[in-house]
Amino acid sequence: MNKVTTDVLIVGGGPAGMSAAVAASGNDDVRITVVDDNPRIGGQIWRAELGKLKSVEALELLALLDQQWITLVNNASVFSNDGSSVLAETPSGRIQIEYKSLILATGARERLLPFPGWTLPNVLGAAGLQALVKGGLDVQDKRIVVAGTGPLLLVAAEYLTSKGARIVAICEQTTNKKLDRFALGLWRSPSKIVQGISLRSKLRGIPYYRNAWVTKADLQSVTIQHFGQTTDIECDMFACGFHLVPNIELAQLLGCEVADGFVSVDDYQQTSISDVYCAGEPTSIGGVEAAVVEGKIAGFAATGQIIEANSLFRARKKTTAFAKALDQAFELRDELKTLAASSTIVCRCEDVQYGKLTDHDDFRMAKLQTRCGMGACQGRICGAAVEFLFGWKDRSVRPPIFPVKMENL
Amino acid sequence: MSYDVVIVGSGIVGAACAASLSASRLRVLVLDSSGIATGTTAAGMGHIVLMDDSEAQLALTGYSRKLWNTLAQELPADAEYEHCGTIWVAADEDEMNEVRRKQIVYASHGSDAEILDGRALRELEPNLRGGLAGGLLVQDDSVVYQLCATKFLIERAARYGTTIRTGTNVIEISDDGVRLENGEVIAAGVIINAAGVFASELSPELKIVKRKGHLAITERYPNFVRHQLIELGYLKSAHGSDGDSVAFNVQPRITGQILLGSSRQFGVESNQIDFEILKRMTNRAFEYMPDLKTLSTVRVWTGFRPATSDNLPYIGKIPGHENVYAAAGHEGLGITTSLGTAELLTSAILGKKPAIPIEPYLPSRTITEH
Ligand SMILES: Cc1cc2nc3c(=O)[nH]c(=O)nc-3n(C[C@H](O)[C@H](O)[C@H](O)COP(=O)(O)OP(=O)(O)OC[C@H]3O[C@@H](n4cnc5c(N)ncnc54)[C@H](O)[C@@H]3O)c2cc1C
Ligand SMILES: Cc1cc2nc3c(=O)[nH]c(=O)nc-3n(C[C@H](O)[C@H](O)[C@H](O)COP(=O)(O)OP(=O)(O)OC[C@H]3O[C@@H](n4cnc5c(N)ncnc54)[C@H](O)[C@@H]3O)c2cc1C
Repeated sequence: MNKVTTDVLIVGGGPAGMSAAVAASGNDDVRITVVDDNPRIGGQIWRAELGKLKSVEALELLALLDQQWITLVNNASVFSNDGSSVLAETPSGRIQIEYKSLILATGARERLLPFPGWTLPNVLGAAGLQALVKGGLDVQDKRIVVAGTGPLLLVAAEYLTSKGARIVAICEQTTNKKLDRFALGLWRSPSKIVQGISLRSKLRGIPYYRNAWVTKADLQSVTIQHFGQTTDIECDMFACGFHLVPNIELAQLLGCEVADGFVSVDDYQQTSISDVYCAGEPTSIGGVEAAVVEGKIAGFAATGQIIEANSLFRARKKTTAFAKALDQAFELRDELKTLAASSTIVCRCEDVQYGKLTDHDDFRMAKLQTRCGMGACQGRICGAAVEFLFGWKDRSVRPPIFPVKMENL
Repeated sequence: MSYDVVIVGSGIVGAACAASLSASRLRVLVLDSSGIATGTTAAGMGHIVLMDDSEAQLALTGYSRKLWNTLAQELPADAEYEHCGTIWVAADEDEMNEVRRKQIVYASHGSDAEILDGRALRELEPNLRGGLAGGLLVQDDSVVYQLCATKFLIERAARYGTTIRTGTNVIEISDDGVRLENGEVIAAGVIINAAGVFASELSPELKIVKRKGHLAITERYPNFVRHQLIELGYLKSAHGSDGDSVAFNVQPRITGQILLGSSRQFGVESNQIDFEILKRMTNRAFEYMPDLKTLSTVRVWTGFRPATSDNLPYIGKIPGHENVYAAAGHEGLGITTSLGTAELLTSAILGKKPAIPIEPYLPSRTITEH
C-alpha cells in the first residue's frame, strides 16, 4: 500500500478545490495535494471544457496550478477517513494520504425524485443526460422534454440543443412569483445575468413552462401538471432533475457538524472540526462564483494567510446571498411529495418501493427493515429523495462512501 | 396497567422471548431505549449454525436450529430464510482430522454432515482456491435476514397482545419492575434483562463484555458463493484467544450479495472501522478465495457481540433476585440461539420442564463461582 503525507490535502478538483490550492500555495512552506476522482481536474463545470479553452477563469487557475508546487492526484476516489488521513482508491490500488489540514471541496450531485416511470431507460437526470451526451451519446433529432427545477435545466436544454436535440418543452416546477423575484435579484450578480440572457436567447422558440411539473412518464410521453391541467407531451427522452444535493458524505464520516443538509462552517470555512475546512457546494449551492471565493478563503485560512482570507469576506457575502436566493427560488413544492405511487421504486439499488417505506418512522428503521439506501450507491440518490418525501434527516454514512474493490479496503 | 412480564431490549433475543411468552398468554411489555433490532442484532450476520465448542453450546444451537427450521414455514419473504447449509473448510490434513471429529460429534447429535474431499469441495464452491484439503458440509444450517425476522417476532408478539415501547430507556431493574429514565415506574411479575451488551449495566451480576466485529458486504454476484463458508481454523483463531483475531467466514445473501466476516476484538469501545484489522480480515479471506479481491464492496460496519467468559449465554433467574431473569450474553450466536433461549426461559418462568437442560446457561453458574 502506498502511503504519502502532505500539509494541506484538498479533496475535489472543481472550482472550489482548484481555488483553494492556488490560494494555499501563497504560503511557500506548505506542501499541497489535490485529489479528484476524475481523469481530469475542473469539477462538474470546467472538466469537459478544459481542452477547449473556454473559461478564462479556469485557464488562469490552471496556469497557476501548473506553476506551483502542487501535487495533483487524478482518478483517486476518497472512500474513507482513517484518523488524520484519508484512503483513496486509484486504478493502481489504494493510497493513504496523511494531512495536517484538510479542505473538503467535494461538490454536489443532481437531485432525482421518484415518480411513476422515473426508472425507465428513456428517463434521465437533466445533468445526467448532459454528461452522457458529453460522453458520446447521440441525441441528434431526438425529441426531449426537460423538467424539474433549477437553472441547470436551462443549461442542459441549451447544451442538448447544441448537439442537435429538439427540446419539446422545459418545465420548471417553481412559481412565477418566485422566479420573478429571483430574476430581479440577478441584476446584482452581473456575470450570471449575462449567462442567463444568452441562454434564453438560444432557447428562443422552446416553450418554457413555469408552475409545471411531471406526474408520470412512459416510453413515449410524459405527463405534465400545469395550472391544474394535465397534458401528455410526446417525446423520445425525458430529462428530469431537481436542482442539486451537496456531497457531504466525507464530511459526515469525519464527524463534521451538518445543518439542514449542508456542512456548517465558520468565517474561515472551517468546519466544527479544527483543521478541516469545507468550500463550494457542500456548504451551500451557490454556483461557480461561490465555489471560487469559498475555496480561496479556505486555502488562505488553512495556511495561515489570514489577511488574504479576510479580504474576501465581502465577496463571499454576495455569493452567499445568491445561494440563498437560489434556494428560495427553486424550493420544491409539496405536490412533488405525492407523485410516487405505492409501487413506485424509490431505491433503485435495492428495489424498494414507496409503499414499503411509508410504515416507518425514520430513515434508520426504514433502512434496516427494507435496505433502502444500502445498495451500491449508498443512498446517494434515494437518500436525498426520502429526506424530501418523508422529512427524514438522520442519514448515517458508512465507509466506503463509494464502492471499492475489496482488496483496496 | 401492570404486566406479567417486562422485557428490556427488543433485539432478536428480547423479540423471541416476547413472542414465546405472549403465546403462553402472558401480558408482556417490551421496552427498548432505541428502536426494534437496532443494537447488535442490526450488525450481525444471520447465520443459523450448529456449533460444538462445548456440549452445552451444541445442545442450544441444535435445539434452536430445529426451532428455526420449523419457524421457516411461517417467516415472511423479507426474512430471506435460505437453507444454504454450511461448509467448514479444511486447509490441510490436520484440519481434516477436525472435520472427521466434528462429523462424528454432529452425527451423535442426530445431525447429518457430509465429509468432502478437496475435489468435492471445489465442485460445490468453485471460487475457493485449489489445494484445500476438504471440508464438512452441514446441510441443515441456514441464513436469515435477522432484522426482518426480528420484526416478524415482534409483530407476532403484538398480535398476542404484547405492548411495545421504543425510545424508552430503562435505568433500573428490581424485583418489582423497572424504572424508566423519565422517572416512570412500571410494575411487573417478571422482569427479563435482554439488553445485549448493556445487560450488565442494569444487572451488574452479569459479566458481559463487548467483543467487536467487522463485516463487509459486496454488490451482487449471484452464485459466487453458495454455502456459508467458514475456515476450520475459526475455532482455534476466533474463540481460542483473548487477543484480536480474524477468520475467513463468508455468507451468500439471497440478493446475490456476499457478506464477509469476521474479526474479534476485546477491549475496544469505538465503533469506528479499524482499517488495520479489516485488512487482516480481507487478506485472510483472499487466502481462501482469491477472487474476492476484485469484488466491489459497498459497505463496511462493526458490531459488538455480548460476550461471556465461557461463551455461553445467560438464560434464567439472576441470583439474588426473585423475579429478574437474564436472556443476554449470546456472543456471536445470538441470532441462532434466540429461539432456544426464548423457549427455555418461558419454561422456566411457567415452571415447566424445559426441552433441554437449562442448567449450563443459568447465570448462577459463573456468579456463584466468585
Ligand atoms: C451534474 C452537474 C452538472 C453541472 N453543470 C453545470 C453547468 O453546466 N453550468 C454551471 O454553471 N454549473 C453547473 N453545475 C454546478 C457546478 O457544479 C457548480 O457551480 C460548481 O462547479 C461547483 O464547484 P465545486 O468545486 O464546489 O464542485 P465540483 O465542480 O462538483 O467539484 C467537486 C469535485 O470533487 C470530486 N469529488 C467529490 N467527492 C470526491 C471524493 N470523495 N474523492 C475524490 N474526488 C471527489 C468531484 O468528482 C468533482 O470533480 C453542475 C453541477 C452538477 C452536479
Ligand atoms: C459482526 C457480528 C456477526 C455476527 N454474526 C452472527 C451470526 O452469523 N449468527 C448468529 O447467530 N449470531 C451472530 N452474531 C451475534 C448476534 O448478532 C448477537 O448475539 C445478537 O444479535 C444479540 O441479540 P440481543 O437481542 O441480545 O442484543 P441486541 O440486539 O443488542 O438487543 C439489545 C437491545 O436492548 C436495548 N437496550 C439496551 N439497554 C437498554 C436500556 N437500558 N433500556 C432499554 N433498552 C435497552 C438496546 O437498544 C437493544 O435494542 C453476530 C454479531 C456480530 C457483532
